[in-house]
Amino acid sequence: MSSEAERTSSRRRFLQYALYGAGGLCVGSVTVLGNPEDVPQVPSIEDLHAFEWGFLVDTTRCIGCGSCVRACKLENHVPETYFRTWVERYEIDEDETITVDSPDGALESFKANSVQTKKVVKAFFVPKLCNHCVNSACTQVCPVGASYHTPDGVVLVDQDHCVGCGYCVQACPYGSRYIDHEKGVADKCTLCYHRIHKGLSPACVDACPREARLHGNLKDPKSRIRAVLHERRYSLLKPDMGTNPKCYYIGLDMEVK
Amino acid sequence: MEGFVFPNETHVTWSVMIVMYPYITGLVAGAFIVSSLYHVFGFEQLRQIGRFSLVSAFFFLLFAPVPLLNHLGRPERAFNIMITPNFRSAMSGFGFVYAIYTGIVFLEIWFHYRADFIDRWNRAKGLPRKLYYLLLLGGTTRTPETDRVDHAIVKTLAGVGIPIALVLHGYVGFLFGSIKANPWWSTPLMFIIFICSALVSGVSVLIFLFQFVTWLRRIPVDQAALDTLARFLWGFMIVAVSLELMEILSVAYEQTARWAVLKDLINGRLWFTYVILQILICSLVPFLLLAVRNLFRLPTRVGNFLIFISAGLLLLQVLLMRWNVVIGGQLLSKSYRGFTSYLPGIWDKEGLFVAALILIIPFLLLREFDRLFPFFTTPTREITQM
Repeated sequence: MSSEAERTSSRRRFLQYALYGAGGLCVGSVTVLGNPEDVPQVPSIEDLHAFEWGFLVDTTRCIGCGSCVRACKLENHVPETYFRTWVERYEIDEDETITVDSPDGALESFKANSVQTKKVVKAFFVPKLCNHCVNSACTQVCPVGASYHTPDGVVLVDQDHCVGCGYCVQACPYGSRYIDHEKGVADKCTLCYHRIHKGLSPACVDACPREARLHGNLKDPKSRIRAVLHERRYSLLKPDMGTNPKCYYIGLDMEVK
Repeated sequence: MEGFVFPNETHVTWSVMIVMYPYITGLVAGAFIVSSLYHVFGFEQLRQIGRFSLVSAFFFLLFAPVPLLNHLGRPERAFNIMITPNFRSAMSGFGFVYAIYTGIVFLEIWFHYRADFIDRWNRAKGLPRKLYYLLLLGGTTRTPETDRVDHAIVKTLAGVGIPIALVLHGYVGFLFGSIKANPWWSTPLMFIIFICSALVSGVSVLIFLFQFVTWLRRIPVDQAALDTLARFLWGFMIVAVSLELMEILSVAYEQTARWAVLKDLINGRLWFTYVILQILICSLVPFLLLAVRNLFRLPTRVGNFLIFISAGLLLLQVLLMRWNVVIGGQLLSKSYRGFTSYLPGIWDKEGLFVAALILIIPFLLLREFDRLFPFFTTPTREITQM
């Protein structure tokens, strides 16, 4: 081999090593200097079993401002005309006639009811969302197992597996599910699963100016949700359905279904 | 919209496609049971219509999943139902029941027509001969013994097919009847009602086609077969309609909260399609016509005309029943305080044109099959030994 060729070959080897070295430095520095919080940590099943997420709605505190609905829409990119959470308004007039409405899910709050001409003797707001039932009808009927319970008690939809048959939409007694027609799959409230495991609250809970919504770990005896449930009298939506909802309602009127 | 419906309920999730699905499976189950009346239960007078009903069942069966696929949000994932079935779900059985049943009907037809295929193979030349050879899987021997074995296999398959046909359709009823969230659907009677109405629609479609084709071709109708079918139709429709009305009657009599909701649905949104069309016109009228036909001596032409009108009305009755169940149940809000509305578009992906197409294509296929293997002429072969 000529000395010229030898020199070219060693130069090539040098450049190769330099490249590997630089690459290694880059990767190493990211690991060492990068923010450890950015590295996703997947909790183990055992970690998740320490939680049982529940939700509490204090209807006596809700003022129907619709902040929760707006926050949810923004946070979760909920498709137009569908809702992961909404607020209902109940008005009972002097003739004991009940009027219920939820214009656009209360996305823009409520205006004075134009239908109502009689004197209103009783009125209240009821926020609604997925009840994350223990014995959920939606997960039972899903033919492909795309709707499921997480180990920490949240009902989710695997949208990469869902076939979009709509059976879960029919089975949910609370009207909490819908078919996202753009994706062709079922969609619903996730209890902001992407937030609660970072120690954050669901978007609707954060946005509520009246603390009418509360989420928490039902397995933790020291959690606030447990304390409130021990202190106050609460009710469930459609308990006769046997779904065992984990969304508890304080001050729920019998007219609310 | 009327009253208050939950915000997610303004769209009806299950369209007219899901009306077509139980309608078509009903035709399948009904037609298959008729073929079994001859093959298994020995109703010799249904001999001619036996194979016709079997092939009809097969072509309807081929199209039963089409409306479902058209409705799925992600049809490319349809096989997930068999790859990762959730057996807690009533729906997860569909793929398996459907596959087994299609296999049975296909095999039954194959064994039924095997002797015909052999005859054709003997007479054919060139490519058709090769195709028949392929269709016969190379088995071209025909002896009285093979005919006997074929017949025995057909009989066995027809027998095994009966419970599976009932499961296929009863299960569709169960899909609706088991939805506790919906007071219009949730009843254990639903699957029995579905099976009975399937029998009504299956017999109706056979009578309707049978009479239509014989009229079109100016050939004499097989009166014994028609009379037998007409009697079955009358019986089946009495059971189906009575069950359905008894269900409503008992809910009404119990006066529970459920009735408070259903009363408004029946008197409101469903008044025309359920009370007027389904019950008064399409159930009561054929009941009376068939009663007159079966109880009194009438000139044959008049009697046959009454049967024809009854079959047509009952075909419509079952279609209306499917509509009133599937769509009616969804019009009712789960808030129990209001009703939404639904009218399918004509040219939509899940509209009326596509629905009509899905229903018509099996008839066209049946027509083509009849060109190859005529149903209503003297059979090309006799089973030499039974």
